[in-house]
Amino acid sequence: MNTKGRFGQYGGQYVPEIVMPALNELEAAYQKYKDDPEFTQQFRTLLREYAGRPTNLYYAEKLTAHYGRAKIFLKREDLLHTGAHKINNALGQALLAKLMGKKRIVAETGAGQHGVASATVAALFGMECHVFMGAVDVERQKLNVFRMKLLGAKVIPVSSGTGTLKDATSEAIRYWATNITDTHYIIGSAVGPHPYPTIVRDFQKVIGEEIREQIKAQTGGLPDYLVACVGGGSNAIGTFYDFRNDRAVRKFGVEAGGHSDAVADNAKTLSGAGEPGILHGAFSYLLQTPDGQVVEAYSISAGLDYPGVGPEHSYYKDENIVKYVSVTDKEALAAFQRLSQIEGIIPALESSHALAYLEKLMPETKAGESVVVCLSGRGDKDVAMVARALGEDIE
Amino acid sequence: MKNRIEEKMAALKAAGKKGIYVYITCGAPDAATTIEAVKQAEQNGADLIELGLPFSDPMADGPVIQTASVVALKNEMTLAKELEILREIRTFSDIPIVGMGYINNMYHYGFEKFVKDFKAAGMDGIIVPDVPHEESEEMRRICKENDFVLAEFITPGTTEARMQDTCKDARGFIYCVSNNGVTGVKKVDYRVIGGVCDKARKYTAAPLAVGFGIGSAEAAVEAAAHADAVIVGSAVVKRLLDHKLTEAMALVHEMRVALDANYAQ
Repeated sequence: MNTKGRFGQYGGQYVPEIVMPALNELEAAYQKYKDDPEFTQQFRTLLREYAGRPTNLYYAEKLTAHYGRAKIFLKREDLLHTGAHKINNALGQALLAKLMGKKRIVAETGAGQHGVASATVAALFGMECHVFMGAVDVERQKLNVFRMKLLGAKVIPVSSGTGTLKDATSEAIRYWATNITDTHYIIGSAVGPHPYPTIVRDFQKVIGEEIREQIKAQTGGLPDYLVACVGGGSNAIGTFYDFRNDRAVRKFGVEAGGHSDAVADNAKTLSGAGEPGILHGAFSYLLQTPDGQVVEAYSISAGLDYPGVGPEHSYYKDENIVKYVSVTDKEALAAFQRLSQIEGIIPALESSHALAYLEKLMPETKAGESVVVCLSGRGDKDVAMVARALGEDIE
Repeated sequence: MKNRIEEKMAALKAAGKKGIYVYITCGAPDAATTIEAVKQAEQNGADLIELGLPFSDPMADGPVIQTASVVALKNEMTLAKELEILREIRTFSDIPIVGMGYINNMYHYGFEKFVKDFKAAGMDGIIVPDVPHEESEEMRRICKENDFVLAEFITPGTTEARMQDTCKDARGFIYCVSNNGVTGVKKVDYRVIGGVCDKARKYTAAPLAVGFGIGSAEAAVEAAAHADAVIVGSAVVKRLLDHKLTEAMALVHEMRVALDANYAQ
């Protein structure tokens, strides 16, 4: 087995030959710049001045009182520019693309958050931007589609396959392969061929690094529990990575349980029926049929309905570094409303999955312990969807 | 013992002829058409059949072969049924057959078992577009042990340094991708890959087959200039999906006539 870009046995570079020179170019550029003081300085400045880092670690006192156990802290990635953690990675990759002399950005998007982040950085860096988005997602995330257009990006609906994130990703890769010399592909999650999972993780690991400092300032120690939602897994890897060797910190990755455990009715890649396989360039857990065809994932959240998962998460699962669990659509919807009403914070449906897991986790915690939930994004984009799910007509 | 692919390519070379590889998605629009298309393609001048093994997420394929894959999977095409179709084809034809499929199906089936079972059913080799040379070491070993061809690739961006690695052990043929992008008929300047083919000759004696974009006899002639064979896929599959088997075969025949008129000695 080629050991380059592997997390244990997972990862690798399963891509057409056409794409290999671009991956090699990206890897070389990343090796050159990742420890370069000037690059690091530019990236940090952008995160601070443009995106709004560090984000607060907010002690949710009322939510804590609601459960009456451990203290609950929310890592407020939702307060970042464009409304989610996706901007961290988009800024880092756009900076790399600029240094590599690329003129165009291509991106895939599910909920539209990564598309908006990519369109934003493309505008900032003066690059052309093409965003591929599943036709189903274009329909359920109209607000973000319009935001991307406002930012000057071209949004291309993808109706091949199931018309969701996995098909948008395939189409973005096809477009990239066709325009490989002048285009950089900003993958939105910690997925895809090497070096993407590593690059995305490195640009997102600031989440966990900040949590470590902030929780120490507030409680004097390490958190007892970390909770983050997992679709492709970029906010989760960003949250967990800095704590990967801290066995005392119990880490939970929450996947989308959808309607049920039936095939194609959820996105439980790691916590359900997934088995190791190859999709979009990486060997990782995958929802698939007995014949190795990829199964459609389902979730109420457009950012979580991906049948694969980042390869580092597959490694964390096998090594028991993180426990992967799931909550249903219904539980996520309840958590969406709960945080809105108790704390006055409307969370993204993706993040609502992490919040919903508190229902199961909190009874096991003790007073004096601390739980940090990554609030990966804000819920404004989901309001119409939630209204529909709750039977209210607001359109 | 020589593999069917190597025998055929050697015979073409001896005759001074260019080869035609015809790609047909297994099970699109249905299994009966696939079998009939293989039979008629051979009668119309095909030298090798690329049998497309449908995958749910064909990353290297354009819209036509994507659609064919969806149709085949809706027809509940499985690896087991692909084996049946292969065995059926082998009752009437000895044409070289190369599978073209994505790694997840083969990995899930077990790659070694895949090679053994498909070879036993009559397949001579495999093209796996989502596995570059870097990831194929184990697969190369298994294929070699089983006298099964695993196609290597070159593209317009392949450097000579890379060719030295990827082409030196190539067997059967090398798949030369004519342009950056995915499968599908389009206007291509075949001189670009032609130049790359000329360079590759320094590192390999394996026949070179140019594919991607070829949709007419005229394009086949241009693509064949620096190559040993041309690959036609989407143009044939589109006609088969439209239930125009006769037109699909007429295209293969036109290519045969044009290539022989331009190149046969």
